[in-house]
Amino acid sequence: MNAVQMLNITKKFGDLVANDNVNFDLRKGEIHALLGENGAGKTTLMRILYGLYRADSGEIWINDQPVQINSPRDAINNGVGMVTQHFTLVPPLSVAENIVLGAVKGFTLNPKEIEKSVAEASEEYGITVKPSALVRHLSVGERQRVEILKALYRRANVLIMDEPTAVLVPQEVDGLFNSLKQLVEKGLSVIFISHKLNEVMAICDRVTVLRGGRLVGTVERAGTSEKDLAVMMVGRETFGVERQGIKETGDPVLTVDHLSLTDEQGIDKLKDITLEVRHGEVLGVAGVSGNGQAELVKVLTGLQKPTNGQIILNAIDIAGASPSAITIAGMGRTPEDRHAGVVGELTVEENLALESLEIYLNRGVLDRKKIRKQAIEMIADYNIKASPEDKVRTLSGGNMQKVVMARSLSRNPSCVLAAQPTRGLDVGATEYVRGKLLEQRDRGAGVLLISEDLEEIMELADRIAVIYEGRIMGVIPAAEATEESLGLMMAGVTEHN
Amino acid sequence: MSKLRLEKAPAPAWVRPVIPLLAILVTFLITLIFIAWVQANPLHTYYYFLVAPFTSTVTMIELLVKATPLFLTGAAVAFAFRAGYYNIGAEGQLMAGAIIGSWVGVMLEGFSSWIALPIMIVGGFLGGVAWALIPALLRVRLKVDEVVTTLLMNSIIVFLVSYLLNGPWRDPVSMWPQSPDIAKSAMFFTLIPQSRLHFGFIIGIVVILTIWFVISRTAFGLKMRAAGSSAEGARFAGVNVERTILVTALVSGGIAGLAGVGEVAGIHFHLIQGLSSNLGYTGIIVATLGALNPFGVGIAALFIGLIDTGSLTVSRAMGVPVYLGQVVQATLLLVTLSMFVLTNYRLKREG
Ligand SMILES: Nc1ncnc2c1ncn2[C@@H]1O[C@H](COP(=O)(O)OP(=O)(O)O)[C@@H](O)[C@H]1O
Ligand SMILES: [Mg+2]
Repeated sequence: MNAVQMLNITKKFGDLVANDNVNFDLRKGEIHALLGENGAGKTTLMRILYGLYRADSGEIWINDQPVQINSPRDAINNGVGMVTQHFTLVPPLSVAENIVLGAVKGFTLNPKEIEKSVAEASEEYGITVKPSALVRHLSVGERQRVEILKALYRRANVLIMDEPTAVLVPQEVDGLFNSLKQLVEKGLSVIFISHKLNEVMAICDRVTVLRGGRLVGTVERAGTSEKDLAVMMVGRETFGVERQGIKETGDPVLTVDHLSLTDEQGIDKLKDITLEVRHGEVLGVAGVSGNGQAELVKVLTGLQKPTNGQIILNAIDIAGASPSAITIAGMGRTPEDRHAGVVGELTVEENLALESLEIYLNRGVLDRKKIRKQAIEMIADYNIKASPEDKVRTLSGGNMQKVVMARSLSRNPSCVLAAQPTRGLDVGATEYVRGKLLEQRDRGAGVLLISEDLEEIMELADRIAVIYEGRIMGVIPAAEATEESLGLMMAGVTEHN
Repeated sequence: MSKLRLEKAPAPAWVRPVIPLLAILVTFLITLIFIAWVQANPLHTYYYFLVAPFTSTVTMIELLVKATPLFLTGAAVAFAFRAGYYNIGAEGQLMAGAIIGSWVGVMLEGFSSWIALPIMIVGGFLGGVAWALIPALLRVRLKVDEVVTTLLMNSIIVFLVSYLLNGPWRDPVSMWPQSPDIAKSAMFFTLIPQSRLHFGFIIGIVVILTIWFVISRTAFGLKMRAAGSSAEGARFAGVNVERTILVTALVSGGIAGLAGVGEVAGIHFHLIQGLSSNLGYTGIIVATLGALNPFGVGIAALFIGLIDTGSLTVSRAMGVPVYLGQVVQATLLLVTLSMFVLTNYRLKREG
């Protein structure tokens, strides 16, 4: 018996295909993991099931009947509940009020009555909450329980949980897993979205993997391993591409020394990271997404101060320095999210000038002719399909990425940091961007390529470091890297020294 | 069955400048209701509102007098808004400038205008800066929402002025709570004899030209526009977003303070409680109507000056309440704002 079937689901956002003809089915009483990297299309698929988005094409069947789901109300009526990545509770209201919100009939609310009915539900499903507590006083884990109970209170028999563990501390994760196991015994079916392999292996019965909006496959947990899943997530098609001969590399340009970062919740995001990037090489940092890459990029670009450690760039310690100081020290930065690297409301030429305003000043006044002239050159050099006066927000992802790269590479940085440089780009733009990075290496710059795309790392890197849970599992020459060895390191199984 | 749905889609660039004009049109359509309510003839009403002020020199000059402080409060608001700093406190900052102006103005007795006027101007500017300082620091240091704090600062200064005028500064010879007159040499000279059009008008024009130059031609202006539309992107590109916003907020306060000095030194010559009569809040209307563009602000200030002048004419000629002018202004603000929001959407038919 299938609780849910999604058939040939396609969803586009403009040119971006977030779900490309995806099939998915959920059996009654199973925990089914939806696994994939950031941007793989997991949330989109589930928002379609919950009626938050409408698919461009495809069908949804629930309990082996075709259904139309146009709004969350339709989903709830079909017994589907969802706990989203960002909670939707109203902090000043009580737990009971939050749970019945939207489910109450009639005009009046009796606090005692709703608290009683919520307490009963809490008892029935074995999810402990305190009905009279105000939500704003609760911890994240407690809020999540309220969200779950809110869905169950409306008689959900399919529960979608979107990256539920991302916000939890380890003890809370254990609690959540126990609750889910109990609920499944009572007949609930659960869709568990995650990009963490160990969690998926810990509680799921089956795993469906998405990559770049496409279905990679659905496998039984019993018949797979963390390593196999890692490879499914990051792609294997062009594994083992021809390597160019080993290049002569020079002295280190960037040395990351015992770098660590602890976030506000006291969680260690980066643990004692030590890396070295030499002139004339590409050092790739591979890993399954969410293992500290985003934090590493933030620290290296000056958007976040590390808790500990040094980052030596051209003999200057840039740990904790401002973005502009880091740029001046010789780092060419490409951010993880290119939208966060540009100012959409400003024009292409203004964005191109923004990082180097000092060179465009003429007695304190911006030299607009010079800005225009340089912009025209960069637009031609980087093959950007836009005019200098276009607002950057109107550009496609590939052209936006080229603006970011043109801006940073035009300073001839001695170290180039490229974070997910081709994510979401089409084939042409991807090739172009990769070519530019190799050009930088050949010019003698050190290139630090942080990418979740293993294919990209294999194609570009001279040496490969693997990051897992904020730690470097090891650094190996690309020529020696195999699918096997990288997969094991990415899954946190082996270390390589 | 097909359904209409609102979809996010920014309008092309040429739409923005057209919006204020459309908004004015829509506003006058809406205000028809109020005109009908007081049983006036709409055409006559609009004539007195929009055309009559141009028929005499006296009212034309009055229009410029009314526009003078609005150049400055409008510029102050627009400047801050461009950096994404929502300064609602021009009202209070104006009063702070007026307090300083009426204080130093009295002490400047015996100095020549060459000395007194620059001191007045700098003093008024600094008064506005001082009143803008606390909300600005709270915003950049602690991320406290400036909309709330700048608004609260407006209320605080009302009490401060009331205390000064009923206590230490009260002019003993006057019946009303007001401060003593400032020195003759500290008064702004008039541009046209026998009129109230004073030096502040020139200050207004100079400030508008200056902020235009700063916003569009300087590195600081580019940084503040970047910080205002995407703090994240600006920070990544190396802009010190906090410092940029702080400086912008303080300059904005200073500009509003200049408006206060102008009212003291050019119109009233002493501090009174009702000195501002909402000039700071009207600055928000002016800035919005001017699409946050300095020249737009200039035109919008003149237009609001016209409506202010016109509403007096209308009420005199047709017995319509003066408040009609305020109704028009408030409606205009709402209509302009809604239209700017709507430019980010378009209607899509689906089904
Ligand atoms: N509302 C939206 N508008 C435009 N693009 C979107 C929207 N939601 C998601 N996307 C894009 O669709 C892709 C898939 O996103 P998502 O489903 O959130 O991935 P995941 O949950 O697997 O990380 C991403 O490239 C994302 O940027
Ligand atoms: Mg997601």
